[in-house]
Amino acid sequence: MDFRDTPEEAAFRAEVRAWLAAHGQKRTRPDEVFGEGLDDAAKLAAAKAWQAKKAAAGYAAITWPKAAGGRGGTAMQQVIYQQEEAAFVVPGMIFEISIGMGLPTVMTWAAPELKARFLRPGLAGEEIWCQLFSEPGAGSDTGGVRTRAVREGDDWIINGQKVWTSGAHFCDYGILLTRSDWDKPKQEGLTMFIVDMKAPGVEVRPIHQMSGDAEFNEVFFTDVRIPDAYRLGPECGGWKVMLSTLMQERLSVGGNLPTDLHAHLIALAQQCAWDDRPAIEDDRVRARIADAYLQQKGVELVIARGLTAISKGKAPGPEMSITKLVAGKAMQDIAAFALELAGPEGMIGHEALGGDWRYMQRLWLGSPGARMGGGTDEILKNVIAERVLGLPGEIRTDRKVPFRELERN
Amino acid sequence: MNFDFSDDQRLLQDAVRTMLAETSTSQAVREVLEGRASQCEAVWRNLIAMGAASAAIPEQYGGAGLGYLELCLVAEEAGRHLAAVPLASSFYLAAELILRAGSEAQKRHWLPKIAGGAVIATATLASRERYRAPAPLTFDGETLTGTTPALTDGGIAGLAVLQVGDELVLVDLAGAGISRKPVPTLDPTRPLAELQFDHSPAERLPTTNAAAVITRVLDGAAVLLAFEQVGGAARILQATRDYSLERKAFGRQIGSFQALKHKMAEIYTAIELARVHAYYGAWALSSDAPELPKAAAAARVAATRAYVVAAEEGIELHGGIGFTWEMDCHLHYRRARHLGQLIGSEHAWRARLADELIKEAA
Repeated sequence: MDFRDTPEEAAFRAEVRAWLAAHGQKRTRPDEVFGEGLDDAAKLAAAKAWQAKKAAAGYAAITWPKAAGGRGGTAMQQVIYQQEEAAFVVPGMIFEISIGMGLPTVMTWAAPELKARFLRPGLAGEEIWCQLFSEPGAGSDTGGVRTRAVREGDDWIINGQKVWTSGAHFCDYGILLTRSDWDKPKQEGLTMFIVDMKAPGVEVRPIHQMSGDAEFNEVFFTDVRIPDAYRLGPECGGWKVMLSTLMQERLSVGGNLPTDLHAHLIALAQQCAWDDRPAIEDDRVRARIADAYLQQKGVELVIARGLTAISKGKAPGPEMSITKLVAGKAMQDIAAFALELAGPEGMIGHEALGGDWRYMQRLWLGSPGARMGGGTDEILKNVIAERVLGLPGEIRTDRKVPFRELERN
Repeated sequence: MNFDFSDDQRLLQDAVRTMLAETSTSQAVREVLEGRASQCEAVWRNLIAMGAASAAIPEQYGGAGLGYLELCLVAEEAGRHLAAVPLASSFYLAAELILRAGSEAQKRHWLPKIAGGAVIATATLASRERYRAPAPLTFDGETLTGTTPALTDGGIAGLAVLQVGDELVLVDLAGAGISRKPVPTLDPTRPLAELQFDHSPAERLPTTNAAAVITRVLDGAAVLLAFEQVGGAARILQATRDYSLERKAFGRQIGSFQALKHKMAEIYTAIELARVHAYYGAWALSSDAPELPKAAAAARVAATRAYVVAAEEGIELHGGIGFTWEMDCHLHYRRARHLGQLIGSEHAWRARLADELIKEAA
């Protein structure tokens, strides 16, 4: 038992480090983000330029087969690259969905000429992909999608609405889950397509989040025309295609939690006062710091177990399913306790309060979203109960009924 | 990254698990619970014969000379099967104190006897919490006089290592002037007894730094007990899950209700968090890493919490049947409490963890 790289992993890490040092910009502050001071268009252009460099060096899709333009590398190499890249100022999540969901789905289901058309430009960042599954009436219950696909000659006509689409405002293509048959039960009447996000009838509207950011969008489709050649998988085979897209995440290590949270909490408890003494001297505060560490380090160690499996070429174990469940709530609890350390002043915005409060305030406002993205706590508990503990699934009344007869979500 | 046990270590664990499944049965544990036995003799004999109990004692002192990682997995199985044996008393505490504080002659004399099962040993170390003023216990350099606190396995031990003031004292319980008084306990599967000495021959463990040895041994014990706790917690969750599939109410298996499913998912989550903290403690213990105090305290707190929650909710989820003497739920409820208090409470170890974290940040 140890936390060291194997010789092969160490060699790859050294290679990655050398490449990043030569081409990347090392982070100078912990909260430094890519493209500070640039407008959106310039930031996107800079992100695309970085992705092109990564692709040329073989780091854009490490686990993809060589034939598809990837490196043919291991999942562990992918993890090592990400660990090393984290010390550099690089674009955030812009290409994650292209590389992790959109293009792998194309790779699995599209005709050879479409793969030739889409894989290389997507990998190099020239085209960016989004994922269009969720709808206002189909969140956790993804099988409830109502975006309508109607066949017309060699084309399909799409009408409906998607929601919570990351990056739709700058994406070029998307994978789109639609309902093509309303007489089949819900999961059996779905069909997946590639959609051109710049096509006539596609309208993207940003969602103003409670955190003040706008990372997600609503996407409206009005008589959007998609050629049948852009269909992914068979007609009414959309559910299976979607599962294959989500399966891409099976080797990922799940939820994450910053590893410096308890250190931030300690720093703030040193600065805040309790009865005119540093709050850090209060035993109740110290107990909460210990609990913060247990959650945060626990997530880190579960991930270390997952990485161990990946390093040995195995799939991570079922315990990985707890990481996001623990991380989301821990983030919220730790941030909330940090705010409490300042008492009434804890409500003052970081712009006025000064110090290191920006981090915890951002975390507090963002954590409700973190608890939902990729599955709500409640859905995750069902997943653990059913898939790990083998408990019975929920009673379903919608499995065998034609979709058009179901009550609307 | 290799944050897991090796295949060889897992083979040892499997062998111990198979042995315990056959010998450490509910019936065998209940012999001790109901006072017809003071420990499970067959289980103890096998743990000794397999070299499992002595995994961390070097071969030169008669042990199996494997290491702490192996002992951690033995502990997990002992916990899973509610083994009613003096594993913690003899091996996590007494043998460790002798190994780290004893003279070469003391080690050569006593460790092979402990490793080979000829002598059961027990130990007491001061904890931060207490209710009664400690009974007077004095050591004059050659003899011991007075009464110990209630010691786990004090009734069957042939050797005791006692903290007397700032010193560690070793006393052969076969010697003269010693009497034992059984003390009732909330977990009768791990019996307690006080030892009374009247000028009984005893000797010092000649360490120059008893406080450091004690801290180190407690950290090691925290890790090993965390494995027992994780094993016990996983077992009661499994039993609860199995029962929830058998039992029907309102026309369904009770395990199909989301209230129960979610509670079991939460228990599983607590156990898996405790497990990785225990693994991290095992790594720190086996590699003598500077992270040991922090890792041991984290393992102790997480595993104590996980077993207590799994045992409490295990009874709750079973419903009325879980409150009966015949079901094993209460064996876990009692054992979780015993393990959680043996070397100081969750509360004390949480305070220790905070101290370590804040020290590290300074």
